[in-house]
Amino acid sequence: MSTPLLSIRDLHAKIGGREVLDGLTLEIGAGEVHAIMGPNGSGKSTLAYVLAGRPGYEVTSGSVSYRGQDLLSLAPEERARAGLFLGFQYPVEIPGVNNVYLLKAALNAARKQQGKPEVDAFEFLALVREKMKLMQMDEAFLSRGVNEGFSGGEKKRNEILQMLVLEPTLALLDETDSGLDIDALKVVAHGVNTLRSAERAIVLVTHYQRLLDHIVPDRVHVLARGRIARSGDRDLALELERRGYDWITGAAA
Amino acid sequence: MTGTADIGKLVGQAYKHGFVTDIESDSLPPGLDEDVVRQISRIKREPQFMTDWRLSALRHWQTLVEPQWAHLRAHPVDFQAISYYSAPKSKANAPKSLDEVDPKLLATYEKLGVPLHERARLAGVAVDAVFDSVSVATTFKDRLEKAGVIFCSFSEAVQKHPELVEKYLGTVVPYQDNFYACLNSAVFSDGSFVYIPPGVRCPMELSTYFRINATNTGQFERTLIIAAPGSHVSYLEGCTAPMRDENQLHAAVVELIAEDDAQIKYSTVQNWYPGDENGVGGIYNFVTKRGDCRGRNSRISWTQVETGSAITWKYPSCVLRGEGSIGEFYSVATATNLQQADTGTKMIHIGANTRSTIVSKGISAGRGQNAYRGLVRILPGAHGARNFTQCDSLLMGPKCGAHTFPYVEVKNPTATVEHEASTSKISEDQLFYCLQRGISEEDAINMIVSGFCKSVFKELPMEFAVEAQNLLAVSLEGAVG
Ligand SMILES: Nc1ncnc2c1ncn2[C@@H]1O[C@H](COP(=O)(O)OP(=O)(O)OP(=O)(O)O)[C@@H](O)[C@H]1O
Ligand SMILES: [Mg+2]
Repeated sequence: MSTPLLSIRDLHAKIGGREVLDGLTLEIGAGEVHAIMGPNGSGKSTLAYVLAGRPGYEVTSGSVSYRGQDLLSLAPEERARAGLFLGFQYPVEIPGVNNVYLLKAALNAARKQQGKPEVDAFEFLALVREKMKLMQMDEAFLSRGVNEGFSGGEKKRNEILQMLVLEPTLALLDETDSGLDIDALKVVAHGVNTLRSAERAIVLVTHYQRLLDHIVPDRVHVLARGRIARSGDRDLALELERRGYDWITGAAA
Repeated sequence: MTGTADIGKLVGQAYKHGFVTDIESDSLPPGLDEDVVRQISRIKREPQFMTDWRLSALRHWQTLVEPQWAHLRAHPVDFQAISYYSAPKSKANAPKSLDEVDPKLLATYEKLGVPLHERARLAGVAVDAVFDSVSVATTFKDRLEKAGVIFCSFSEAVQKHPELVEKYLGTVVPYQDNFYACLNSAVFSDGSFVYIPPGVRCPMELSTYFRINATNTGQFERTLIIAAPGSHVSYLEGCTAPMRDENQLHAAVVELIAEDDAQIKYSTVQNWYPGDENGVGGIYNFVTKRGDCRGRNSRISWTQVETGSAITWKYPSCVLRGEGSIGEFYSVATATNLQQADTGTKMIHIGANTRSTIVSKGISAGRGQNAYRGLVRILPGAHGARNFTQCDSLLMGPKCGAHTFPYVEVKNPTATVEHEASTSKISEDQLFYCLQRGISEEDAINMIVSGFCKSVFKELPMEFAVEAQNLLAVSLEGAVG
């Protein structure tokens, strides 16, 4: 077996003086889709933030290797340019900054890293239009401020739009499905599925089996009290749906 | 007017009437009294009414004391130590070449994209780089003449259009107005003059940049803009590149007059040297700017982006006299290092159904202190007057401050006055969101700040808006650690 795309070993991390990740180990191979489930407050978002390099999250021990390099030694923007994308659970509003402007700056930052020239304005617009169509988003969203006044579901769609334009190697989607109506869920799932490929990996943080009906995961993990308490295939998600978490968290304690 | 012969003529004219040639030989000793004022007027070959007006101003000024401002820390200015008539950029002290210019300043030009041949002029190098823009200026002059627009230096206007100067000078900002305006009235060296004839839409943005020798107008500058009934004009003051200047004190006066249905849009990007990190060497900028909406349905808009100066004290104001007239004020002011910006506006509603809008965006970083001071006064005759004020402050770092002083006086019960204010910090969430998209911290901050200022930037003429954005980026560089 070749080296996995992402390899997390015995990761311990603190936020606000509290240890939230407590010896987490996880491997994700290229081409795979993993779902991470688990009770509220178990550390799912924390894991995503630690991987993305959010300030304030202190890694006390353990290691993370991404495409063979030490992920934790990179600055957050370097991780992003290296193809790590985080779809936020609560996307922030940035008033007055055009959605399309941010998108272009993000794409150009990644291209610069790859030694490519800035994207041509027409090509860029064509690309964004195509992806917007896929996400069934009105073009008016381009000229609005980033997430400014967007509904909860619109914010989530916007995250996926950004992901589709940036084409990351590793996408961490933190509860992208929450707040979506039934049709939007299908649209978002379709968007995510178009990104699936042999070189990429996708991590879905979710509370609901129904997302996994549309995006079928290769592996399902339960995160409880800062570690992976159980892993399985898609059937584990179905079992969780029926039985809840008690039988696992009880066992892990 | 085209061809080299005409350019030569124009250059010659500039020397004949302009300020620059005169002062090379004439530089008055420091001090201020009636003799000095008379000499200034004589050197400039001014008609009697100008001499008299200057003298009245001086006599009044001698009875005034310099104001003290609670929120400004300023070293006192010794008014008798200033020479009231010398080259603003005396060639003796000027750098001889770009090699002698502060490398930091040159780096800023580079970032702002100032063309190479312009850098020397802006940095005050003693070369005649101004002439690079002569051909551009000529074509501009040509088009303006065809439209009947008068756009020239104040000195030239005094010579060529004394009747207009006499009719309008001091009618918006009388010399009795305040300490600095009074001083300016007595000793002002030069400035700009604009007259737009009735019904004319000025065919281009007027910019001081295209007026030859515009940068040599010195520390006591005077601008007078008259928009006759039904005319429109957009005027740009300043330049985004920082200018080197030996004069610490600047006291300019700007008067705008809009007659019936006339519109004046006045945009400023001010970027005087703010002084170093310790506030040493910066410029004190005390400016009186006022627009008089004299006519019915007239409109005056002030848009300003203030990033320079050690101390800025500036309240572009509108007197809304004409029925249905509109006054607007859009401002972005930054204060970094030890800068102190005290700006704001006054909207004086006199006529019925007058309207005013104030949008002020203050950005403080480092140890900068930003104060907004606004007055909305609704007089008894202003039936149905309306004002909307929005005042937002953005703090970058723990040591800076923002202060808001809104004053409202309503003497007419049918008037409506609305005020909204907010203070925010660049949030870590916003910053991280941008970083997570691969955008560098510096770019992210610029993006967020520009977004904060957007409602003001969109009031600037297109080209200027881009420059202003760059300027803001440069002035806030390294402001957040
Ligand atoms: N800044 C902070 N200071 C202190 N505790 C924090 C901080 N941020 C998060 N936590 C705590 O860390 C724990 C894990 O939070 P996290 O957001 O990772 O949970 P989650 O698994 O994503 O939950 P949910 O399913 O509700 O989104 C929670 O108990 C939370 O209260
Ligand atoms: Mg979460």
